[in-house]
Amino acid sequence: MNILTDFPISLIVLCSGFGLILLGLWGMLTQRHLIRIIIGFSLMDTGIHMVMVSIGYVTGGTAPIINDAVPMSEAVNMVVDPVPSALVLTAIVIGLGVTAVMLSFAVRIHKAHKTLMIDKLTESKW
Amino acid sequence: MIKRLFIFSMLALMAFIFFNLASNYTESDSLSKLGQYYVEKGPQEIGAPNLVTAVVVTYRGLDTLGEVTVLFISAAGVGLLLRRSRRRQDDKILEKGEPTEKNISTHKAASEIVETATELLLPMIILFGVYVFMNGHLSPGGGFQGGAIIASGTMFLLLALPESHLSRLMIAITESLSGFSYVVVGVLGVIWAGGFLDNRFMELGTYGDLFSAGAIPLIYTFVGLKVGFELSAVLDRFRQEESGSA
Repeated sequence: MNILTDFPISLIVLCSGFGLILLGLWGMLTQRHLIRIIIGFSLMDTGIHMVMVSIGYVTGGTAPIINDAVPMSEAVNMVVDPVPSALVLTAIVIGLGVTAVMLSFAVRIHKAHKTLMIDKLTESKW
Repeated sequence: MIKRLFIFSMLALMAFIFFNLASNYTESDSLSKLGQYYVEKGPQEIGAPNLVTAVVVTYRGLDTLGEVTVLFISAAGVGLLLRRSRRRQDDKILEKGEPTEKNISTHKAASEIVETATELLLPMIILFGVYVFMNGHLSPGGGFQGGAIIASGTMFLLLALPESHLSRLMIAITESLSGFSYVVVGVLGVIWAGGFLDNRFMELGTYGDLFSAGAIPLIYTFVGLKVGFELSAVLDRFRQEESGSA
């Protein structure tokens, strides 16, 4: 039994990504502290990126940079898919922006209520 | 209790979906059709060795413009949320009878080693950021990565020298100018080449040179400057928020 053929590297990345998504979701649903909820969001975000990157992997592929090491004529058989990588690049930047906005909301809430526990923020409940 | 059960069953369902997806997964041994097109045609059409850059800047250039816009809006949102209202600032001055400068200088200064290291390393970090976004079409990296490195240099500066003052006007001018130039370059692509954000209105040049791949180095320079200054402004906002309430 060869571990590399039974569990290819992209499957390991895929499963870790799914694990991170579940972990982040669990954190977002169960934690009562705002910063922990934001950390849960970041974990889920990272998990989704890992899943997307692993889907673009091609067996034995290298980075899609066509130079002396990867000649143009054979490039199709040697590189991984550039599209998921480009999508993940976009997703990372947007995740960063969303996290920054969430953190600044947390700062505002802490300033107004002196607490970050969502159980104590009762005024917006109906 | 019911809430717990609900959360648990939802996570279990998600895990079940993921397990099915993962157990049916087989690693692909060839590129998708779209990826194959990009790999075959990309180097000739765009002239950029790094195909991820070719996809991000040119083939899916409009997405990148949207991405820059999202980042801009979130930076603006952070600025709006963490703005210190003028009236409260005036109240503080009235209460204490002196400007708020005293509040800002409550930071404990970093040690001399850290300060000297910052002065030594900061130019190199910024230079490395510029290198990463200038070489985005040749090597791994690009505008967003270079911008993030520049912002990490700013973070370093703010940690080591908390008193240092970033010129907000300077940041705003650079950011708006580079964002505007990015769109102008895109429109030039409509006028002189195939479409919006087409990089071929400039000479493609020698494949693999620093100044090749048409307008990609230009676009990535603007994106890198914009992202770097935007993230620096966000960091500065958080820093000031902290010192304001201290």
